[in-house]
Amino acid sequence: MRAAVLSLALVLAGGSAIAAAPGGMARVGPGSFRPVYAPDSSTSVLDVRAFDLARVPVTNGEFLVFVRSHPEWRRDRVALVFADDGYLRHWAGPLELGPAIEADQPVTHVSWFAAKAYCAAQGQRLPTEAEWELAAAAGDTSADGSAEAGVRERILAWYSRPARARLAAIGQGTANYWGVYDLNALVWEWVLDFNGTLVSGDSRSGASADRMQFCGAGALAAGDKQDYASFMRLAFRGSLEARYTTSALGFRCARDAAP
Amino acid sequence: MRSRLLAVCAACLLSLSGVTAARAQHTHSTVPAAAPARIQSLYVLSAALVDQDGRPVGLDLFRGYPVVISMFYATCPGACPLLIADIQRIEAELSPRERANLRVVLVSLDPERDTPEALQALARARGLDESRWRLLRAPDDTVREIAAALGIKYRRLPDGSFNHSSVITLLDRSGAMQGRLDGIGKLHADLLRRLRAAAASPP
Repeated sequence: MRAAVLSLALVLAGGSAIAAAPGGMARVGPGSFRPVYAPDSSTSVLDVRAFDLARVPVTNGEFLVFVRSHPEWRRDRVALVFADDGYLRHWAGPLELGPAIEADQPVTHVSWFAAKAYCAAQGQRLPTEAEWELAAAAGDTSADGSAEAGVRERILAWYSRPARARLAAIGQGTANYWGVYDLNALVWEWVLDFNGTLVSGDSRSGASADRMQFCGAGALAAGDKQDYASFMRLAFRGSLEARYTTSALGFRCARDAAP
Repeated sequence: MRSRLLAVCAACLLSLSGVTAARAQHTHSTVPAAAPARIQSLYVLSAALVDQDGRPVGLDLFRGYPVVISMFYATCPGACPLLIADIQRIEAELSPRERANLRVVLVSLDPERDTPEALQALARARGLDESRWRLLRAPDDTVREIAAALGIKYRRLPDGSFNHSSVITLLDRSGAMQGRLDGIGKLHADLLRRLRAAAASPP
């Protein structure tokens, strides 16, 4: 992961890339993008209203503060409906990160319910899939990164690398066009409507094979085989349940743009 | 690429085994025995819903009874009538005494159109036993959370209809999930067995 971030910084040749970790929210959109999973055959472009997105993912340190003030989200107390047994398993204790975990690493081993509760406690919410994908579709200098040389290759390089045991700190790369960091090179991230993905065409259940074919057809119709990263995220979200936690899945918060 | 795909698959497997483990007696080797047990009930979701009679209810309105719970929407042309028929088929397999103990909760995915009036019209049209069946409406965010907890995937389509998976879940008297049926037309003996066991004695 560190190598990925490093190469990212080198490619961008940005002298300011290694700075103090950024915080706060960036205004993203309005904009549109071509989803790999079209909601129906007549829709190839999704419009997204302007919204605010956290510049960086939530860190272990921030999540620890939340758990301290919301003990129902301690790993030894969280309801079984809300999180599986892997929840915050990487921490040394229910209220202790331990020496192996850095406060400024993105928090992982968090369920959708936990991520949602964290954002709600900040007066915020999780970004929708469309919002997240719009933000992640940007390049360094424009809202549509597919038109920029090297952006897709850089993104795919991360997806082709094995997940590392040790995650880099947040905000070490360079912000994209919207001023957002780490969307494509650190961890997978929860979205509010993760359970709207691959609806009823879940490949494991074998149900409604026609829907699955429809999804595939939609992706092909988009004619965008380059966007393999989006398709990977789609497949990953489709495999998730709200209580699942993994070592490479974190989140960031969003909020509606003030009118 | 392969490595991430493997990671995805491993996540599924780990999580599935996690579910299995959670269904069995829940134990934590690293947690002292004195630690409070983690809550197993679905009713930990605090949800404000309205039933087909317009009465405000919580998701735990049938706490104390075994409950079959699923999600649907009233204007659904395809899968939802089949879903209701499936639950009716399950009921038909029970003895009158078992059936009298069972409760059915259906939460609408479409709060915009599924008003209490629309839900009640559906209940009457389908001849549901409304003393034991409740059709519920909830705000969007609550719908999202209930669907997430039940493992139901859904998406509103541009024409106002929904794509959704059909999952029927059996809750015990405390609201803990005891069994789950994925897909319609697949009544299986295991769920029925659990259901009969749960409904065998009165609350």
